[in-house]
Amino acid sequence: MTISPRAVRAALLACLCSAGLDPSVRAQSTLQFPATPLRSTMTDSVSSSKAQAGSAASQASVPVGPSAWQEQMGPDLPPQRDWPSPVNDQENRFFTLVDVLEYRPNTGAGQSRDDYRWDIEGWYGGDYNRIWFKSEGQRDTAFKADYDVDFQLLYGRFIQKYYDFQVGGRVETQSFRGRNVTRGQTVIGIEGLVPYNYELEAALFIDQNGKVSGRLSLTKDFLLTQRLIFQGRFETNVAVQRVERFTTGSGLNNLEFGVRLRYEIRREFAPYVGFSLDRSFGETVTLVRQEGGNPSQIRFVVGVRAWF
Amino acid sequence: MKYDLLSRRLLLKRVMALSMLAAVERLVPACAVMSVANIGSQAPLSGEIIDLTISEQLFRLDGRTGRAITINGTIPGPVIRLKEGQQATLRVTNHLKESTSIHWHGLLLPPFMDGVPGVSFAGIKPGTTFTYRFPVKQSGTYWFHSHSGGQEILGMYAPMLIDPIEPEPFGYERDYVVMLSDWSFESPETLFSNLKKQGGYYNFQKRAAGEFFTDVGRMGFWSAIRNYLMWEQMRMDPTDFADVTGYTFTYLMNGLSPAGNWTGLFCPGERVRLRFINAASMTFYDVRIPGLTMTVVQADGQNIQPVAVDELRMGVAETYDVIVEPVEDRAYTIFAETMDRSGYVRGTLAPRTGMAAAIPQRRPRPLRTMEDMGMSMEGMDMPGMKKHGHGGDMTMPDTTPSGDMQSMNPSGDKPNMEHMQHGSGTQPLQDMHEMPGMHAGDPRRSEIPGAELVKHGPDDHGPGNQMVAEYSQNQLGEPGRGLEDSEQRILLYTDLKSLVPYPDQREPEREIEIHLTGHMNRYMWSFDGKKYSEAQEPIRFRYGERLRWTFVNDTMMEHPLHLHGMWMHLENGAGAHLPRKHTVIVKPAERLSVAITADAPGRWAFHCHLLLHMEAGMFRVVEVVDDEHKRLS
Repeated sequence: MTISPRAVRAALLACLCSAGLDPSVRAQSTLQFPATPLRSTMTDSVSSSKAQAGSAASQASVPVGPSAWQEQMGPDLPPQRDWPSPVNDQENRFFTLVDVLEYRPNTGAGQSRDDYRWDIEGWYGGDYNRIWFKSEGQRDTAFKADYDVDFQLLYGRFIQKYYDFQVGGRVETQSFRGRNVTRGQTVIGIEGLVPYNYELEAALFIDQNGKVSGRLSLTKDFLLTQRLIFQGRFETNVAVQRVERFTTGSGLNNLEFGVRLRYEIRREFAPYVGFSLDRSFGETVTLVRQEGGNPSQIRFVVGVRAWF
Repeated sequence: MKYDLLSRRLLLKRVMALSMLAAVERLVPACAVMSVANIGSQAPLSGEIIDLTISEQLFRLDGRTGRAITINGTIPGPVIRLKEGQQATLRVTNHLKESTSIHWHGLLLPPFMDGVPGVSFAGIKPGTTFTYRFPVKQSGTYWFHSHSGGQEILGMYAPMLIDPIEPEPFGYERDYVVMLSDWSFESPETLFSNLKKQGGYYNFQKRAAGEFFTDVGRMGFWSAIRNYLMWEQMRMDPTDFADVTGYTFTYLMNGLSPAGNWTGLFCPGERVRLRFINAASMTFYDVRIPGLTMTVVQADGQNIQPVAVDELRMGVAETYDVIVEPVEDRAYTIFAETMDRSGYVRGTLAPRTGMAAAIPQRRPRPLRTMEDMGMSMEGMDMPGMKKHGHGGDMTMPDTTPSGDMQSMNPSGDKPNMEHMQHGSGTQPLQDMHEMPGMHAGDPRRSEIPGAELVKHGPDDHGPGNQMVAEYSQNQLGEPGRGLEDSEQRILLYTDLKSLVPYPDQREPEREIEIHLTGHMNRYMWSFDGKKYSEAQEPIRFRYGERLRWTFVNDTMMEHPLHLHGMWMHLENGAGAHLPRKHTVIVKPAERLSVAITADAPGRWAFHCHLLLHMEAGMFRVVEVVDDEHKRLS
């Protein structure tokens, strides 16, 4: 069958009318599937290279001279200043990762109490430059007898393919002998993905009295299934000088190994269970003990990892 | 006083009424105020003047409803059917609250009619009509789509068919458009944002513990460990075949899901022409019709020497016209499986409506190999290896990451090739230099450029590029990852030979090279390590010249590169019969060359047609300039 030009014109007209009268009205003119063939005329299948040669020649030609330029160019209008960018490759985004947000029940041993812990970070920015924020909160760990909370605000620059170089400030507050102590620190850090896919976060802290300490953490995901993910976690703190008020001895302060098994209900939301082995060393042990803390702990955790 | 009081009361009343109205409006579900898009039909629009209306509508798919942007109220939009030689007038009216645009994909037309906001024009503002006028100088199967933000993902695409003046060199009794696309109920912004925050967000086919144990059984413990550790060490994911997958996409054929089963009718013994158009935003398809051999007669709308295949891979934006001849009185499944195997769409060719054939068994997800990373399996000892391009034995201009182009100006001992370092292309259009293996009359002239391995120079693509293909080589004769072990006949790029030689048979006078770069973890995509916003200076072609453009893919993904305004003659060894394409797939670690006749003055877009790669900055402006004429910029 053949679609006559008249039918096509009628369909076109109907379509135009419905579109013209009210764009929100469903176009009634369009045919539903199974669609009619576009064309059903018999055509000779023998390939005619002569005909093709003519066709191709008419399709392309090498341009010469100003007339060809003019003909193809049309009006020689300069681009307007107010034209938008053809692509949107500079958009800033906001990202927050709640990597750890967990409840740690009392183990029944020692002086451990029920407590909570969090490790949150995020950024606002583009591909290269970002403003980072980070916060960690802990209570009754091997390193901090009571509570310890910090907040960091950093500028980060994307360098070397996998790392963000970060500088900024940190405020840390903890309880010492029953009262709050607070200090400000300068932060220089690096964060990124090291070979073998370990997430690295390393930072050097220098407080207002010139006391230097550092923190390093490494995490790695192992996929048990596409959604059930086992995360290994390692964290350590070191200090150059002893800072008693922050239960920090010089040298190695603590080592912590943790494992967390999460289920990604969505990529953005994953409840988890796990446990952590946490132990402090050297002078820190004494300082933590003096504060009534337990310098060597094994704790069960239950929590949620989320990002948005 | 009284008057004042009254008016105040009146005002209050009106405000109340207004706010109540607004509240009611909010309560009414959106579908009550927004119309629902129809499925696109194959009844074409044609004529001297064609009107197109862009509006926001609802789209219902398999029981769910989402927001769509439609052309004339359907997804896909209407088939536009033109005649070669006619003057086309297309009036596009924007009923959206945002700017829109339509780009006529693959058409040769004046630069201001090309429809790329920011390159050809300002875009079509809300409530306005833009009239596209151009002479139709070609024939074949094409398509058109929005070039504004994510509108294309939301349904703004449609076929455009141009009938030739001369009779076609092949015959058929039925003619169907098979437009493949992808639909997500997540907004384009959400897709993009998720990927920026987690590059593997949509990949649910990663290698997990189960597969590891299978591999241990298959390869042995240490081999498996070594293989897994190698990928971990490189921080790459060998399962990365599609950024956006079947996790969120429903794959569509002519606007219908697999359940919708688009059906084309035939009578047994008829020849059926299928015009495959990959209008997906982010999806490569492997297309086959079990039980039927497809004779490919056109590629990107251009007649080619017919080649019979069982399956063909379609990069985003490519088109292939095939003829099939079903002789049995039964249904055949048109099966389009995504390259990453996370989904498929099917339709049916059937003698009667309501029929369906078996859906083929799904194939396993492929894996990337060392070759995809441009790492040689044979080690470093490569006899006869050519070193050029990025340094190598060439004098390399200063490679300051700041992109200081002054220092890039090749002078004195000019290298054979002008390397489009940092994609900026501000180097002067210099005298032609003979290329190795490009001497006129050389019997090896049909030798495919990039046939030999080429070593990458120092990685100077900056932090936004994850890795470089240490060795690149053309892979035009390979079916592509996931199809390499197929026993079926797969369409290869080396199979594409134009039916008749195109008029411009000049050897390319110069070569420029551009590297495809990106970073999957941070979802950054670029050319020569620079996003469009970092390299807005156009790449310049000289009007009338014949040049070779070499694409080197330093990423581990296939990219469909699309040049507006001019044909890319794929240098695939076909001699005088190089096929011309508007979109070419460049495989991972591939070095692929196209010859271009710079016959279209003006500014043109050049970009990766994976929509989110383009939005991320894998985009450049090409400017065809002539010393005798005023530059556009």
